[in-house]
Amino acid sequence: MTDATLSIRFAGPMVSLQDAGRTGGLRFGVSPSGPMDRIGFAAAHAALGQPPSTAIEVSLGGVSLTTDTPLTCAVAGGDFDIDLAGQRYQGGQVLTLRAGDTLTLRAGRAGSWAYLAVAGDLDAPKWMGSTATHAPSGFGGGLISSGQKLRVTSPAVRDSRLGAIPAFTGHDTGPIRAVMGPQDQHFEDAALSLFATTTYRVGTAYDRMGMRLDGPPLALKSALSIPSEPILRGSVQVSGDGVPTVLLADHQSTGGYPKIATVVSCDTDRLTQYRSGDRVAFTPVSAEEATAQTRAFADRCSSYLSQIAEDRGTLADRLMRENLIHGLLTDDED
Amino acid sequence: MQATFRAVADTGLLVSLATDLDPAAHAAVTALDRALAAAPPDGLQETVPALVNLMVVFDPLITDAATLQAQIEPRLAALDPTPAQGREVTVEVCYDPPFAPDLAPVAAAKGLSEEAVINAHLAGEYDVLMFGFAPGYGYLGGVPDTIAVPRKPTPVRDVPAGSVIIAGPQCLITTLTMPTGWSIIGRSPTPILTGNADAPTLFDVGDRVRFTRVSADRLGVADD
Repeated sequence: MTDATLSIRFAGPMVSLQDAGRTGGLRFGVSPSGPMDRIGFAAAHAALGQPPSTAIEVSLGGVSLTTDTPLTCAVAGGDFDIDLAGQRYQGGQVLTLRAGDTLTLRAGRAGSWAYLAVAGDLDAPKWMGSTATHAPSGFGGGLISSGQKLRVTSPAVRDSRLGAIPAFTGHDTGPIRAVMGPQDQHFEDAALSLFATTTYRVGTAYDRMGMRLDGPPLALKSALSIPSEPILRGSVQVSGDGVPTVLLADHQSTGGYPKIATVVSCDTDRLTQYRSGDRVAFTPVSAEEATAQTRAFADRCSSYLSQIAEDRGTLADRLMRENLIHGLLTDDED
Repeated sequence: MQATFRAVADTGLLVSLATDLDPAAHAAVTALDRALAAAPPDGLQETVPALVNLMVVFDPLITDAATLQAQIEPRLAALDPTPAQGREVTVEVCYDPPFAPDLAPVAAAKGLSEEAVINAHLAGEYDVLMFGFAPGYGYLGGVPDTIAVPRKPTPVRDVPAGSVIIAGPQCLITTLTMPTGWSIIGRSPTPILTGNADAPTLFDVGDRVRFTRVSADRLGVADD
């Protein structure tokens, strides 16, 4: 089968190629990268009936592209506006592009990141065994820019996959849960309670490295010089001026600023979908609670992904099924 | 050695061997790192050695911080205190203008000739203490006191990749064009990042680096 070429007509800032990310690099200064919203990324692939590979992570800046070969695509993650050759959609969708069609994703009702996966293999350069883009360096698949061409090998049309992708409802909706520490001993007690009770606003400084929060400053006990310590995704690092930043997919691997708390891994994905100006509050949980929450969340993710991975059948199958359901509802025997 | 353990949410366990810089604590960090690599506990994903602590990163669906702490405590008690002999790696460095813009200020600050600064830098033996900041940024301890200078008050922007920079007792070879407040005393043509997943960098924590002097034609770059 011939390859498909995707021509990028327009790409906003911070649109990049991402696979699931790389592990094992932190000791060499390399953060995991990969999708900001891992559930949205996984959903786009599941809805196409294929294992996770490389997808386009679309920022609020949006993306517009054409294909020279018919190709089925899935959009999932943030609730973005989709335009396919003049036909409009919102939120998660599986769509088939005809040759020459233009697909455009723009910031929609909610969310900061959407994932565009293709039926086939999106070709991307690997670095350290992964196509995930580390945005500050550009290593990996890379940032996508206007005029660029991307190759899809084994492009496929999968009409049995078409239709809306149900939104993921497995996220908790309360405050973002965080385990205090590991450097909370460097903060005044008042700062610890302030962190747990303040409603912050997501600042304008929000990118793949981290999300700065606007709110009252968190006071440190004294001017500090702590030895640089390793950082994980979700670390809430507080700079010398008391401003907290939640570190995300492309975070630095180490840092000398104290970390007041660490967001529970299952809440980092929903946090990434917040936008600048959104309100965000944190609630402290124990490490044991965090583990239990992440395990329960993983179960909800698996059932969601297997639900959306189910083939919907041919158009005829679907019409038949809908007719049958319709028939059951109207031929009520009571 | 006495250790403290902190759970880092549901995916990490930070094992700290000291609160302030201490060579014995760093030796224990690298010894624990090796012990975990030799026999990884279930669910361990990666370890991140730093100056006085080791981050143990794990899969929360397989294990948890308390389980790992219980597995690590006996290993800490049984650590081999003799430092492992890391590999010795040679890194080329060109100290010629325009690649060493801070050589003259460092020489002036220390009351030395530029040639004496170069010789002192070349004479140093550097231990790879940790990586951080950006991919492949290895913090090398061992800059001789005679040329140790503090960080500049204001960082310089767009310092090219391959710059050999010093601050205090540490030296670093940059891998990206980035701002730095460290003093730029040379440029290296030696690639630090390999791009290879198994050995992403030329050296690992615990290895030893020596510098060797080369001329500008080794750099293969135009003046910039």
